[in-house]
Amino acid sequence: MAPAILAEGLVKRYGSIVALDGLDLEVAEGTVMALLGPNGAGKTTAVRVFTTLLPPDGGKATVAGLDVVADARALRREIGVSGQYAAVDEYLTGFENLDMVGRLYHLGARRSRERARELLESFDLVEAGDRPVKGYSGGMRRRLDLAGALVGSGKVLFLDEPTTGLDPRARFGLWDVVEDLVRGGTTLLLTTQYMEEAERLADRIAVIDHGKVIALGTADELKDQVGGERVELVLADANDLETARSALLPIAVGEIQTDRGSRRITVPVTGGSAVLVDALGRLSELSVKVQDVGLRRPTLDDVFLALTGHEAEVEEEGK
Amino acid sequence: MSTIALAFSDGMTIARRNLIKIKRVPDLLVFTLLSPIMFVLLFAYVFGSSIAIPGVSYREFLMAGIFVQTAVFGATWTGLGLAEDIQKGIIDRFRSLPMARSAVLIGRTTSDVVNNVISLVVMSVTGLLVGWRVHTSLPEALAGFALLLLFAYALSWMMAVIGLWIRSPEVFNNASFMVIFPLTFIANTFVPSNNLPGPLKVIAEWNPVSAITQAARDLFGNTHPELPAPDAWPLQHPVLASLAWTAIILLIFVPFAINRYRKAVSR
Repeated sequence: MAPAILAEGLVKRYGSIVALDGLDLEVAEGTVMALLGPNGAGKTTAVRVFTTLLPPDGGKATVAGLDVVADARALRREIGVSGQYAAVDEYLTGFENLDMVGRLYHLGARRSRERARELLESFDLVEAGDRPVKGYSGGMRRRLDLAGALVGSGKVLFLDEPTTGLDPRARFGLWDVVEDLVRGGTTLLLTTQYMEEAERLADRIAVIDHGKVIALGTADELKDQVGGERVELVLADANDLETARSALLPIAVGEIQTDRGSRRITVPVTGGSAVLVDALGRLSELSVKVQDVGLRRPTLDDVFLALTGHEAEVEEEGK
Repeated sequence: MSTIALAFSDGMTIARRNLIKIKRVPDLLVFTLLSPIMFVLLFAYVFGSSIAIPGVSYREFLMAGIFVQTAVFGATWTGLGLAEDIQKGIIDRFRSLPMARSAVLIGRTTSDVVNNVISLVVMSVTGLLVGWRVHTSLPEALAGFALLLLFAYALSWMMAVIGLWIRSPEVFNNASFMVIFPLTFIANTFVPSNNLPGPLKVIAEWNPVSAITQAARDLFGNTHPELPAPDAWPLQHPVLASLAWTAIILLIFVPFAINRYRKAVSR
């Protein structure tokens, strides 16, 4: 079966900045792919090329078998898009927004109205549906925007950072909605900076940095790629962090991370609980007080760190 | 559906969306209408008390100029609306839909015609209240209004290009003033162009705003043998010149605007 989304050596430049540097990607029909990467990695640019908003400077991309340049018009019939900022008209009501999108998908007046009501129902916006969007919360706007992406019942959905800027409750709510959606068999490409989001929603994760895919696989595969476990300790005194680091160096199989603010030290190890006991022994010899201790599998954060050499920045949403 | 029919029906969907905004934010319309009313009153009473026009009262002379000025100001709403749509990211959504490429622009310029009709009605009433009269037949007066609307429509496409190019509503406001003020003041809108110094007089005579103002004056009968139209060709044949200007503006700026729209992406 032809892949729902295919990119081969995709290149996009903005002046001297290379946003996509030969991106290769293949998403099978009915699966969920997460593009995971820090700000400026090229995630949004990739989505804009796939959704025909930007023409690529090199390489080739198809969605539902249609070329993003040559078949742009036909391609737009097959997709639904929800961008990083809720693209809804705040002077219209929720219903009017969806009805308008339906008409622009050429569903016809009656079907557009029906579809709008259906979607308001499934996105829990029935009550707010006839109020102007101006009074909606951030979470409600995002849900409406997502509903807008589904009006055309497209085969392939693109969600660009669907939960960025939402509070945790609204984020969990949106995850539930997306999970229901993909259970129905829609192909989904989503971009995110949140490991947890990629892990929960995606079948496969493509880690992107500097406009290229640098790792690809399921969350478990990516973690195995990094390997081993992590001993994580919280010290009573942040001044002991350096002492602890030198003491634990012999058992580390990778770079040791320390964080003064949380007095945390993370050591990549292999060997399971025996190593944990060893680590504690070394610290008590030097009378370093430990407040909290644990042994865990690597998280996607660790994967990211190991692959890119820098942490996934989740704090600020700069453009 | 053919491409043209599709562009039209998509355009009407967008126009409907724009008009809902007028309904939801009535203050916007109120202030849009207050400024031309203010202009009529300011010019009629401030300038009117010291500017003498041969043969007709200043208020009679003024109204055609104010109509054209309002048409030019009205066109800026097109650019402003598009700049706002880009800033809010809604153009991204439209561009990802299987709709006609020209639809957003057709819709925006069409809904702005509705705005202009409302403005013209309100201003005509204000004009009548301060002593402006139409001295010609109804068909001629209607032709005058039709010409004003057509010119405003063409200018909408010009402002669309500026709005799509500038992308920021705040900057657009300032940028549009740079276009509007010379366009409406170096003309025969508020004073007869005959008395302007040399180069300004030539610019004023060939300014499209002058042709349309002269045409409106002729069609409303706000002229007098003692105030002959200047010798320049556009002012001797103002209706023809207005139609020509309108056609030229549309021929240049419609394709230009559509081309800019295709490349417009929010930042």
